[in-house]
Amino acid sequence: MIDKRFESSMAAIADVTDGAVIMTGGFGLCGIPENLIRALTEKKVKDLTIVSNNIGSIDLKEGGAYGVALLFKNRQVRKFAGSFPGPVAKTDWFLEQYKSGAIELEIMPQGTLNERVRCAMAGLGGVYTPVGAGTILAKGKEVREIDGKEYVLETPLKADFALVKGCLGDRLGNLQYRYTARNYNAVMAGAARITVAEVEQIVEPGEIDPDQVHTPGILVQRIVKGEKYEKRA
Amino acid sequence: MKKGLDKKKIAARAARELTDGMYVNLGIGLPNLIPEYLGGTEVIIHSENGLLGMGPLAKEGDVDPDVVNAAKQPVMMQPGAACCSQCESFAIIRGGHLDMTVLGAFQVSEKGDLANWQVPGDRVPGVGGAMDLVCGTKCVMVTMTHCAPDGSPKIVKECTYPVTGRKCVNLIVTDLAFIRVTPEGLVLEEVAPGFTAQEVQAATGAELKLASQIRQME
Repeated sequence: MIDKRFESSMAAIADVTDGAVIMTGGFGLCGIPENLIRALTEKKVKDLTIVSNNIGSIDLKEGGAYGVALLFKNRQVRKFAGSFPGPVAKTDWFLEQYKSGAIELEIMPQGTLNERVRCAMAGLGGVYTPVGAGTILAKGKEVREIDGKEYVLETPLKADFALVKGCLGDRLGNLQYRYTARNYNAVMAGAARITVAEVEQIVEPGEIDPDQVHTPGILVQRIVKGEKYEKRA
Repeated sequence: MKKGLDKKKIAARAARELTDGMYVNLGIGLPNLIPEYLGGTEVIIHSENGLLGMGPLAKEGDVDPDVVNAAKQPVMMQPGAACCSQCESFAIIRGGHLDMTVLGAFQVSEKGDLANWQVPGDRVPGVGGAMDLVCGTKCVMVTMTHCAPDGSPKIVKECTYPVTGRKCVNLIVTDLAFIRVTPEGLVLEEVAPGFTAQEVQAATGAELKLASQIRQME
C-alpha cells in the first residue's frame, strides 16, 4: 500500500539538515506551510537557503514574526532567493543580519521566480524571459534576441525540500488548494528532491474528484495533517 | 501654490481609460481606487497572486484568509472569478493577455522607461511582479504625482533610478496632466483645471509636445 502520510510536521522534516535549500509555498501569509515552518524553527536547523516569494510577515504593532520570518528572526537563514522581502526587510533584526552579510539576497522578478522553480519541476535547463531585460536584474546573464525582442536566460531553481500547503490531500499525495492559497504551492510541488505537503484535512483516495486534483500525488513524497492553523490574513 | 487634482480625481481620470471587457491589473495604492469610478463599465481585475475577477476589500466578517490581493489584503471575489497558480498568473501577464496595467512610479523617461521598484540607497531591494507587469501588458498606464515631494520632476529625460522596464509606459496621469508616450515623444493632451500647458511644462523634466487641442482634465 502506498502511504505517504507522516504522523507529525516534525517527523515530516526530520531529515532536513543544516545548509539545506528549502522552498516554501505561499504568498505573504496566504497558503504558507505554517506547521512545517514551525517545525523547522523547533528543529533549529541553520544556514538554510529559503526560496520563497516573500519572507513571511511581521506585526509592526506587536513585533511578532510569522511564516518564514520566524526562521530569519531565529537566525536560521543564510540566503534568501525570492522576489519581495517586503516589510520584514525593515525590521532591525533583518537589517542587522543583511548589513553584516549574514543573510545573502538573490532578488528576481516574481514571474522569473516561478518559472525558474517550474524549470526544476519540469526538467528544463532554463527559460528565456523578456522580463528584466535592460535592467540591473539581468546583469551578468545571457541575453538573446529572439524575433527582434531581447530575452534573458534564467536557470532552474531547485531545492532539497519543497514545503507546500494544501487544503485537502490524500495518502497518495494528491492535493487540492483553496482560492488564492494555490499560488506558489502548485508550482513548487515537485521542484525539490523531497516535496512535503501539509494539509488542513486528509481524505480517502477518491474523495478529491480527479478533475479537482491540482497537484497530482506523484509530485509529493510526504503528506501530513497540519497540527494547528492560525491562517493570519 | 496652486493645487492640481487630488488622488481621487487622478483615479477618476485614469478610470476613463478603462473600457468594457478589459482585463486590468491595478497596482497597490492609487490605482486601487480606480474601481470606485468605473460606473457601469465591466472590467475584470487581475491580481498577480493568482486571481481574475477580484472584488473590493473584504469587510470584517467576510474575511477569508485564503482570498487575498497582491498587497496581501483579504478581498472579495466577483461572480465569475477564477483562481490560478503563480505560473498561470504570470503567463497571463508576460503572454500579453492583460489589456492594461496601472501602477505608480518614481520616474518616467521621455522614451517611456519606467523606474518604480528601487530608490538608490534603498536598504533592501524587492521587485515583486513590477517588471513582469510592464513587460507583457498591452497598455501600461502610470498614475502618480507630477513632482516628487521635494518638487523635482518625476517625468525626466533619462531615469536616474534603476529602471523597471524600457520603453514600456504608454500613458501618464498626474495631478497636473494627462500625457501620452508616443514614438515622437511625450504628448501633452490634457491639463488640470487652473493650469496652463506652460506651467505643466515648467514642472516637467523633459520636453512636452502639445496636442493639437489641449483639453481640461475631467
